Amino acid sequence: MVSSALSDAVAGAFRVLFLGRNFVRLLEGLLVTIRIAAVSVALSLVSGVFFGMLMTVKNKPLHVMCKIYLEFMRIMPQLVLLFLAYFGLTRTFGFHISGETSVLLVFTLWGTAEMGDLVRGALESIPQHQYESGRALGLTERQIFFFIVIPQTVRRLVPLSMNLITRMIKTTSLAVFVGVVEVVKVGQQIIEASRLTVPTASIAIYAVIFFMYFLVCWPLSMAAGYIEKRQKAQEA
Amino acid sequence: MALLEINHLVKQYDASPILNDISFSVEKGEVIVIVGPSGCGKSTLLRCMNGLEQIQGGEILLGGERISNRTKDMYLVRQRIGMVFQSYDLFPHMNVLDNILLGPRKAQKRDKKEAVKEAEELLQRVGLYDKIRSYPRQLSGGQKQRVAIVRALCMNPEIMLFDEVTAALDPEMVREVLDVMIDLAKQGKTMIIVTHEMQFARAVADRIIFIDSGNIVEQGKPDDFFTNPQTARARQFLNVFQFDKIK
Repeated sequence: MVSSALSDAVAGAFRVLFLGRNFVRLLEGLLVTIRIAAVSVALSLVSGVFFGMLMTVKNKPLHVMCKIYLEFMRIMPQLVLLFLAYFGLTRTFGFHISGETSVLLVFTLWGTAEMGDLVRGALESIPQHQYESGRALGLTERQIFFFIVIPQTVRRLVPLSMNLITRMIKTTSLAVFVGVVEVVKVGQQIIEASRLTVPTASIAIYAVIFFMYFLVCWPLSMAAGYIEKRQKAQEA
Repeated sequence: MALLEINHLVKQYDASPILNDISFSVEKGEVIVIVGPSGCGKSTLLRCMNGLEQIQGGEILLGGERISNRTKDMYLVRQRIGMVFQSYDLFPHMNVLDNILLGPRKAQKRDKKEAVKEAEELLQRVGLYDKIRSYPRQLSGGQKQRVAIVRALCMNPEIMLFDEVTAALDPEMVREVLDVMIDLAKQGKTMIIVTHEMQFARAVADRIIFIDSGNIVEQGKPDDFFTNPQTARARQFLNVFQFDKIK
């Protein structure tokens, strides 16, 4: 009896998805999530490559500055950065940026730092004798970078950056706190609105959100694994 | 005129001297083997010739042209000098053919068809034609070194430098690499070889240069050097390779 009551409740909960535009609204929220993630990931990848190259430049003050930036971005919880951008900027400097803009800003700054560190690690992992072999072949430094260093760096970078990208996608859920209506926020709104009609809605909504995140991140994880395997097979 | 001439070369790391006043010249077609104890500066000397190290004194001439301490167009000089290192230094993301073609195609901008043809011929000569599409990790140490030699040869260098190319190899693979070098010597390639393989040195060299603590201590014909060394230091060095019977 108890179990059938439970399953009735769960089945009832999922009813909420088919009420009104609820499911469509969740999808729209997911699109906002994907948009925020895609833009900040794209910006982070590009600027992270430059930041990573900057970190390998042998210059003490530059090195210290890069390190401070990296550690600051790492140590500060993303939520605190988000509040700094969204509330802090308005309070201190009097100009207001929208929730979505502050999310993009913070995620790009954070992603740049993390991506930069991955790029730095990948660049530094290329052994010195790879450069020397290139020189001994009469290649210019630019050709060495282009034909020898970059291809090997990218290979090392692909699985690592896939990991970072999935982390960034998941962390976009923090946008809720600065009023961005992405998938989690839409879910919360539906739960609130259905409080009287479908009191158990939360289980269904969060289950659906879970699958949505899963469907976005899983192919990336799979791709990372596949690429890594293929590279190993090619070189092994 | 000598193909390569080294005059009063001085090399220092910070303040500590590595090479003091080294002078010698190499004629076209000559095979020079440089021997000496570890840390005597012989590898550094080879690296200086290819501009991988800056020198603090003296000069290096290739075909009468001063090449030492150039910075801007050193890559042009390096296209005329082939070098093979001790470490397996093939590019792991490229197959054998692409490893070999990188220099001729990108540095020398040669025609692809012609470069591929030469690469194939050279691979055939070192017995690795069937590995042309293999990746470096699929090759043994000896095979990798033979590919590295072909990669340097395919640039048609005027002179080849070998920096202890068999030092990191299993004993069984040393032979296949040395055979390739002997083959090159027979064809009249100009070579400077740094090695610890004394019997090979004696067989392949036109002249032995013995270096200790950054100085040329002795040089001469291989038979003279190995049977009748003139200096006490050389005698002491060669003794290291001799064992007396104990039974």
